[in-house]
Amino acid sequence: MLATAVIVFREVLEAALIVAIVLGASRGIAGRGRWVAAGVGLGLLGASAVAWLAADLSAALGGSGQAVLNAVILLSAVIMLTWHNVWMRAHGRELAAHIANAGAEIQGGRRPLTALTVITLAAVMREGSEAVLFLWAIAAGGGQRSGMLLGGLAGVAAGILIGALLYRGLLRIPLRHFFSVTGWLILLLAAGLAAQAAGFLNQAGLLPALGTGLWDTSNVLSQHSLVGRLLHILVGYIARPSGIELVFYVGTLVTIFALTRIAGQEQKSPRRYRRTSDETEA
Amino acid sequence: MSSRLLLLVMLFGIFPANAWAADATASLLIRHQQFEPKQLMLPPATKVKLIIRNDNAMPAEFESYDLSREVIVPAHGQVTVYIDPLKPGHYGFFNDFNPAMKGQVVVVKPAAAQGN
Repeated sequence: MLATAVIVFREVLEAALIVAIVLGASRGIAGRGRWVAAGVGLGLLGASAVAWLAADLSAALGGSGQAVLNAVILLSAVIMLTWHNVWMRAHGRELAAHIANAGAEIQGGRRPLTALTVITLAAVMREGSEAVLFLWAIAAGGGQRSGMLLGGLAGVAAGILIGALLYRGLLRIPLRHFFSVTGWLILLLAAGLAAQAAGFLNQAGLLPALGTGLWDTSNVLSQHSLVGRLLHILVGYIARPSGIELVFYVGTLVTIFALTRIAGQEQKSPRRYRRTSDETEA
Repeated sequence: MSSRLLLLVMLFGIFPANAWAADATASLLIRHQQFEPKQLMLPPATKVKLIIRNDNAMPAEFESYDLSREVIVPAHGQVTVYIDPLKPGHYGFFNDFNPAMKGQVVVVKPAAAQGN
């Protein structure tokens, strides 16, 4: 029962942490709760579909269907995280002011609400499908399954609890620094997910590795350890990375960084402009 | 919308690379809550197509931090994983759905292999 709880906990944790960061980063955006909830709901549907079709998916594309699907899910999350950060660069200050004063609604540009849904959907679908598949198999199998199912549910609850704690922790960050902290979190999260996507495309034989095991820090911080796992989820820590993973990681960092810089510079006389929160931007 | 389109273009752009054939094929079996073989010998500096089959009624998740590989192997299912050229050494793998199930990829130097 405990073993089951731990396995399910690990799968749920990744999705829960990503949802927590997204919820934090979108603080103050009107309607975000509904869009994130929609992402979770659709993600669970998607996860069930993937688990249901697991055998067919695995057989697809010469046995690499699953890896390709994972890469697509991860890359769409990366694109949406990029959009979110670029938008926040232009509107973060307005949002902070809005939260502080409960003032006027933010109107600039198109709010990245679809991005919130897609990111949550991706996180829940990818990790959820593994949890669903595992729990499903237990439920279908014989033996001491009620204990194992109970363990699974405990794992789900524990994963969600950790996500909730992270969210509460984020909210304690002073508003002045809040969106720059969440911006960095999203940047590192996106880079890590991009590296994971590269790993999957390489696993499917679609991308070259460009060198396996560029370095090995598993003696310093093993990915089997709790800290190693957490850092893997949050900042994309890989103890023994391949070249292509590094290329995707750094490439994503640089791209998002550059795009947010450009978004920041596009604003005329930034400081004064951002303070007038009710003006619409081109 | 355009981002999704971009993704599709990217994927189709990548697909022809699939033509890249592996230089060797190996297989791994999951049976009776064990990996068979537990020590999988692979040639050094060779790209390997690894076929993993699961004879159990429970799905398994083949995972290796050392190889950066992670794949669900459905009950009575089969998947393919490509492993890029490796230096001689030991590379651990395990079943993330049953961590007691462990195994190792072992890559030996050509000279040592001949000695066996």
